[in-house]
Amino acid sequence: MAISVRVPTPLRRFTGGKDEVPAEGASLRAIIDNLETRHPGLRERMLDDKGEIRRFVNIYINGDDVRFLDQLNSKVKDGDEISIVPAIAGGN
Amino acid sequence: MATRSQSSPQSRAETEPEFVPVERAPNVLDLIGNTPLLEITKLTEGIVAPAVRIFAKLEGFNPGGSVKDRAARSMILRGIERGALTPGKVILDSTSGNTGIALAMVGAALGYPVELVMASNVSRERKRIIEAYGAKIILSDPMEQSDGAIRLCRKIYAENPDRYFKPDQYNNEANSLAHFETTGPEIWHQTEGRVTHFIAAIGTSGTVMGTGRFLKSKNREIKVIAVEPDDPMHGLEGLKHMASSIVPGIYHENELDSKIPIATEDAYEMVYMLGQIEGMVVGQSSGAALLASMRLARTLREGTIVTVFPDFGDKYLSTNLWIGWQEWRQEQWRERLKKMVGKVIE
Repeated sequence: MAISVRVPTPLRRFTGGKDEVPAEGASLRAIIDNLETRHPGLRERMLDDKGEIRRFVNIYINGDDVRFLDQLNSKVKDGDEISIVPAIAGGN
Repeated sequence: MATRSQSSPQSRAETEPEFVPVERAPNVLDLIGNTPLLEITKLTEGIVAPAVRIFAKLEGFNPGGSVKDRAARSMILRGIERGALTPGKVILDSTSGNTGIALAMVGAALGYPVELVMASNVSRERKRIIEAYGAKIILSDPMEQSDGAIRLCRKIYAENPDRYFKPDQYNNEANSLAHFETTGPEIWHQTEGRVTHFIAAIGTSGTVMGTGRFLKSKNREIKVIAVEPDDPMHGLEGLKHMASSIVPGIYHENELDSKIPIATEDAYEMVYMLGQIEGMVVGQSSGAALLASMRLARTLREGTIVTVFPDFGDKYLSTNLWIGWQEWRQEQWRERLKKMVGKVIE
């Protein structure tokens, strides 16, 4: 059983328009690496030059913000749901 | 006593109003507009040519706290004028927050109920402020961003069109008209007609369209420039990456002289600099606007650039804008800023 990743609208151009994609890995970092091989371009939208989660990107594992877990080292197991949510709304 | 009446916006543009602070007002709507310009001097010193001046219009001084007060007043008053908004109807729109606050304020001041659709990841302060004005919030999926709020709002409206008045800031020309009638004339007056470049970040594009149109009507040589996020995946709340978004009906790209893309992290850093170097804590869209203004300034030997700081920073203190700011090193700001602005003219 794979882990399911919910993809926000601005990243769906990398997933062929899909709003949810499967990924494999035991940590968030492994998941992102795995996502990058399946959907090249995703990683640099999520991580900065130093390999940290970009400031405006929020990532949740089963609804919990990974900044309050163990960041990229947060553990992930089969059946978990990961959500990538940009900290933005829109409209000036 | 200097007061302005909200009932005669048309005449204001035609007569080029005096910039006189309101001393007493019969209604909160009369306090909208006439915001001051702040010249940015410390951040620009030694980076842009001395004959290039950058002024920021501080829209945080509006009573609802943002530039959106202008559009909200204009859309609602025009809705009443043309009979689309009548007593008993509810004002409904999709908004990331500032327009919501403005609509909630104007609705409260005029006695109309307000319901607002917004992505659930907008800042907590914004939701609370909107509720403080008595408005109701309907949350949309944050994964869909503002486009999701727009779609949900359309659906709610379509199910019960007689119940609602939908200002529709993305497609209502009264939005840009507010800036044609107020922001543009104010800037023209405040710079004594010396403005050479107007530059503003785009979300609905109302500010840049209306103000730009007015300024070009006074002097066709004035350049009008839009600032947008550099990527569809960005964290500049309030702004739109046009090429990947539902394009607002009021957006007319052919009226722009150019666009400047800004990276989210650079805009955030500019906010830190504005706070600590200029003593002005603002939102991220102001950071983007100033960085773009400085990039533009580096290409000029002389000129008067006016940009817009859409709001102050108090609504964003709990947001991602401030994640990691403690790692920012104030002592290195000038070197960092030079890097961000780039070398264009020696």
